Amino acid sequence: MAHKILIVDDEPNIVISLEFLMKKEGFEVAVATDGEEALAKVASFNPDLILLDVMMPKKSGFEVCEALRGDPSRAGLLIVMLTAKGRDTEVAKGLAIGADAYVTKPFSTKDLVVKVKSMLGVG
Amino acid sequence: MKAIHRFIVAVIILGLLMTGPFVVTSLLVWLDMKDFEREVLLGLLVSRLPVGTMMTLFGFAIGVLVLHRLFKQYVEGLLRMSETLRLMLGANRNFRVTIEGPPEVQQLALAANDLAQQRDLLMDDVDAQIGRAKASVEEEKNRLAALMSELAQAVVVCNLDGRILLYNNRARLQFKALAQGPTSVSGGALIGLGRSIHSILEKSQVEHAEEVIRQRLAAGKTAISNFITTTRGGQLLRAQMVPVLAAGAGEGDPAMSGYVLTVENITRSIEQEARRDQVMHSLTEGSRSALGNIRAAVANLIDYPDMEPELRDRFVHVVGDEVAKMSQSLDQTMGEFSDSMKARWPLEDVLGIDIIAAAQRRIDDKLKLPTKTEELDDALWIKADSFSLVFALVYLASRLQDHYEPRELRFRLIAEGKLAYLDLIWAGPAMSSETFYTWEIDSMQVGSETTPLSLRDVIDRHGGEVWYQREKAAHRAFFRFVLPVATPEIEQEQDERKRGGGRPEYYDFDLFNFADKSIDLDRKLSDLTYTVFDTETTGLEPSNGDEIIQIGAARIVNNRLLRQEVFDQILDPERPLKPESIPIHGITEDMVRGQPNIDVVLPAFHAFCEDTVLIAHNAAFDMRFLQLKEERCGIKFAQPVLDTLLLSAVIHPNQESHKLDVILDRLGIIIDKRHNALADALATGEVFLKLIPLLEDAGIVTVRQALEASEKTYFARVKY
Repeated sequence: MAHKILIVDDEPNIVISLEFLMKKEGFEVAVATDGEEALAKVASFNPDLILLDVMMPKKSGFEVCEALRGDPSRAGLLIVMLTAKGRDTEVAKGLAIGADAYVTKPFSTKDLVVKVKSMLGVG
Repeated sequence: MKAIHRFIVAVIILGLLMTGPFVVTSLLVWLDMKDFEREVLLGLLVSRLPVGTMMTLFGFAIGVLVLHRLFKQYVEGLLRMSETLRLMLGANRNFRVTIEGPPEVQQLALAANDLAQQRDLLMDDVDAQIGRAKASVEEEKNRLAALMSELAQAVVVCNLDGRILLYNNRARLQFKALAQGPTSVSGGALIGLGRSIHSILEKSQVEHAEEVIRQRLAAGKTAISNFITTTRGGQLLRAQMVPVLAAGAGEGDPAMSGYVLTVENITRSIEQEARRDQVMHSLTEGSRSALGNIRAAVANLIDYPDMEPELRDRFVHVVGDEVAKMSQSLDQTMGEFSDSMKARWPLEDVLGIDIIAAAQRRIDDKLKLPTKTEELDDALWIKADSFSLVFALVYLASRLQDHYEPRELRFRLIAEGKLAYLDLIWAGPAMSSETFYTWEIDSMQVGSETTPLSLRDVIDRHGGEVWYQREKAAHRAFFRFVLPVATPEIEQEQDERKRGGGRPEYYDFDLFNFADKSIDLDRKLSDLTYTVFDTETTGLEPSNGDEIIQIGAARIVNNRLLRQEVFDQILDPERPLKPESIPIHGITEDMVRGQPNIDVVLPAFHAFCEDTVLIAHNAAFDMRFLQLKEERCGIKFAQPVLDTLLLSAVIHPNQESHKLDVILDRLGIIIDKRHNALADALATGEVFLKLIPLLEDAGIVTVRQALEASEKTYFARVKY
């Protein structure tokens, strides 16, 4: 059974690339464009891994991450944070609140695919 | 015993000496004689007695004359000399004893004169030394003042109580700009001699800085302390404190007697830094996201070359879209960034004609090329860096000389809205725009002087433009510099105004009740700090709705009228002006509209005159206007009030008029302007300063005495 990936980003220009890429890699993909929708999609879609942008309207990626980590039933959910902020302090914060990986834009799509696959234990 | 009594005693003694021995001898002989011998003697003597008496009287008279002469010469002569000596000691230093009388007295007089001569030489020497010392102190003071006023930093010197002893113009301007409300209202109320620095800088911070300095002094380190403070208006100030050490402290720790503060308003530079930060941020992190989108899309396009055309188009569109957005944001941030670059180029307000005069001098000096001027707007101020602008003009002149050899150059300066046109004109053949283009972008050079800047750089930094233009009809051409016009503050020239009968004297306000005990009434009049003020009003009846339309005030500190520390504000009375009053005060509807009202101005004036004794001419009138507004503004003028009208009446009770004009005339004070609030306040201040010594002569030395004396005349006038 294919792993399920939820892409959360408010910018359609990155969503289109990520969605295309992950589908090509054989994952089942769902998309959310803000923090609140992301939490709803996690409940309905039940993803294995979530690609989570930090800067979003309504709820930021940090808030979504904290909410998910506060839910023990989602303990196995993998969270990869995507951010346009490259500061060390923000990387540290993301990892501290429970992200499994932190990727800074612009990133190599190949590296991202490798990272996602290794986290999910495929490939 | 008086000299004349002693003379009389001496005469009596002489008489006794002349007659006594004869009488006594005769008596003894008479007692020893037999009766017949006595009869023979009597017979012999009586007939000759008149001769003996005559001789005795004659001798006595001669004796008296001799005695009188001696008395005149020695006793009275010496008395006269002692009076002369007293005179020389006191009133007239140059007086000398007349050499007269007997030789002994003359010797004494000569010795006294020599002594006086010696004393005069010594005194002259001392005077000269004092004079020299004073002059050098004065010179040092002037030098210090000049230095202070030239400094680009705001400098304030305070004593340990935080009272301002000295400040420079820069500090005045800076703190004036900091004052709350409309800046013109405060009149720099925050800063002034004798005022407390704590009204500007947080007291606790100043004290902390003092403490730091004391510790550093004790530890033998450089005594300096820095702090950053915010004002009530939210401005950021950076202050640096260095101590003023007591002179002649000798050994041991030097004692601090005050401090020098250099204060810099860093609000704007902090804002600029924040803006630069923002620029950096939008250029780095702002690009990350867009670049990430492009990179992902491009990777997909490369990695999956066989994707459906529709998808491919979408990815290409993403790239196009993001690239466009990035370009736009780059343009925008660069635009903002170059703005802040420009802000760092220091432009100052200069008179356009000064620039032209400087350029003319340099062209004549360097190029030996004659110049003339045509139409010149001599009141036109421009924002410029005069050095680079003059250099640019001289550079163009030298290029023209090299290429076209014009016989002369001409300058023209005209205003065109918010722009100034500065033209450099010459007669000669047309030049190509390409030539001018290379002149524009080449580094400028005049003779041996070079600069890395091009004409274009200079123009850009002025936010201006320059172009080449031909006046075909006149067979000549010109370079036109377009520069932004500056609007420097120009002192408003106010017309002399006529005031008919002046204002009536009001007596229905009790001047002598005041609650403020912080001002020591037993200090000398010359020691206190005063605020002299005057108001202009819509009319003469405050209780019938007349309002203040202008307040002018100045401070007297240390017996000096401070013409720089003034309060000068027109108010909006919020009611129409009376047409008949306009010629009196010269303030029109146009002048009051848009001005702050009493709610803003009165608290500012209250702050201006805090902790000072108020002085006004016919103060009852002005105080009544102020008093009626106290409740509305939530303030109280509780300080003592002196009235120059009443004080003048104290000194010259028999004079008929105590109107300000009359007093000015009487005291020989010449004032060029009158009848606006500030000018009248200044005139009142001059009068008060002249009155102080006259009051002292009349035994009125303290404020309390002045108030009591005023009260007496006040009651006297009321009774009358």
